[in-house]
Amino acid sequence: MTFKERLDSGKFAVVVELQPPKGSDVSELYDYAELFKGRVDAINVPDLQNAIMRLGSLSVCTLLKAKKGMEVIYNLSCSDRNRLALQSELLNASTLGLKNLFLVHGDQPSTGDHFEAKAVFDLDVMGLLGAAKRLQEGYDLAGNDLQGKPKFCVGTHINAAAKGHVLDLEVMDMEKKIRMGVDFFFTHSIYDASLFEAFAKKVAHFKVPIIAGITLLKSVGMARYVNKHVEGASIPDSVIDRMMKASDKQQASVEIAGGLIKALKPLCQGVQIIPIGWEKQVPALLDYAGL
Amino acid sequence: MIVANRKSLDKILQMIKPYKKVLLLGCNECVTVCAVGGEREVGALASELRLFRAKEGEEVEVREHTLERQCDPEYIDQVRPFVGDYEAILSMACGAGVQYVAEKYRTKPVLPAVNTTFLGVTLEQGVWAERCQGCGTCILDQTGGICPIARCAKSLLNGPCGGSTNGKCEVDRETDCGWQLIIDRLKELGQLDRYEEIIPIKDWTTARDGGPRKRVREDLRL
Repeated sequence: MTFKERLDSGKFAVVVELQPPKGSDVSELYDYAELFKGRVDAINVPDLQNAIMRLGSLSVCTLLKAKKGMEVIYNLSCSDRNRLALQSELLNASTLGLKNLFLVHGDQPSTGDHFEAKAVFDLDVMGLLGAAKRLQEGYDLAGNDLQGKPKFCVGTHINAAAKGHVLDLEVMDMEKKIRMGVDFFFTHSIYDASLFEAFAKKVAHFKVPIIAGITLLKSVGMARYVNKHVEGASIPDSVIDRMMKASDKQQASVEIAGGLIKALKPLCQGVQIIPIGWEKQVPALLDYAGL
Repeated sequence: MIVANRKSLDKILQMIKPYKKVLLLGCNECVTVCAVGGEREVGALASELRLFRAKEGEEVEVREHTLERQCDPEYIDQVRPFVGDYEAILSMACGAGVQYVAEKYRTKPVLPAVNTTFLGVTLEQGVWAERCQGCGTCILDQTGGICPIARCAKSLLNGPCGGSTNGKCEVDRETDCGWQLIIDRLKELGQLDRYEEIIPIKDWTTARDGGPRKRVREDLRL
């Protein structure tokens, strides 16, 4: 079943984020793909996330699909390519059989590991969504006809941590993104199901699948950092306490994330697990969450 | 100076359409020098606006006022006594001026009457040309006093591309190839050996790529 078919079926979708290596050795990714096979509906492969230079999403997606038979989500960001390159990459993806897209603004190069780089941002994410829409209609952003038009399942980010006035703006933002052809949304990491519930209710009328982000907390320090620096993130004190008291941090992290998935399951159409180096814990997490 | 172009009358009329009382603000600095937004241009635009709105049967009151600068708060403050009498401010300053006026009068719509284009020079009466992109790391000492960032269409750092023909740029045959200019100038200076140096990849953090820029001079602060 393709990721799109999974979304259309209304069944709960499980996605895992798999970060490409800094280098050309993909053997570890193949091992992880084996680990996830049959357990997840798609692997999401970021594109130069956090402005860190890495192997690209395009080659990793192509290889995981061809060699491991995995359903993949190809990521493309506006930070490092102009509109010619972005459209060309979308055609590359289509030609290579990659139908699922996750389109994002991308990160400012000055915040990454090549901080001296020139930022591109020729298009913003709305422009990139528009480009994907136009290509699917058979022409490019300059209005030229295409020889063969791609067909995509398109996703982008939403801020599920939005509250109050920011939430109203987020709803407007979602409306615009849906107008630009979005088929699904990924949220940033969710740490508190009750906060997510308010958001989910507010945007339920859009009837566009929302896949909630689940990050494996690796330490108390990480939790405190997230609370302090990530806009809208709110990791409850009870969770931090539990991490602090746990003798087996990995097990505690799995149980916290698993509990969260169980709580989120009635509220969203799927989850994206973001293991950040704890990929081997994903099967245990899925077991714990009953997925 | 900062060089700008005035927006079309149609565009300006469209922007001020909802308003019956408009404060038209000129600026005595760069936009006066490039003949776009000084006192004379304020007068001309105000007349055009009154005329066209009257023809449409939607008269508009336009107050003309030109500030010494729109990029310094003490001058912007000068319109405070009467800014409240107007529904909107139409600024003929560069984008910096428009934004600073908007920052100071937060409840007033501030509309741009010009398009800010580049940092440049006057070549001759009525002709201006770009010379600087404000990248924050000047290498003019290495390139014969001619900037490859601003003068080369591709901002190449180490010589011309294949599109340079007879000293002209492939983007526009009327435009000089920036690198041809640099090489000619280095020859004139007897410094062509500088062309043998490889200029390293550029650090763009000092340009706009490091995010919006701010300069603080502690020695000058009060």
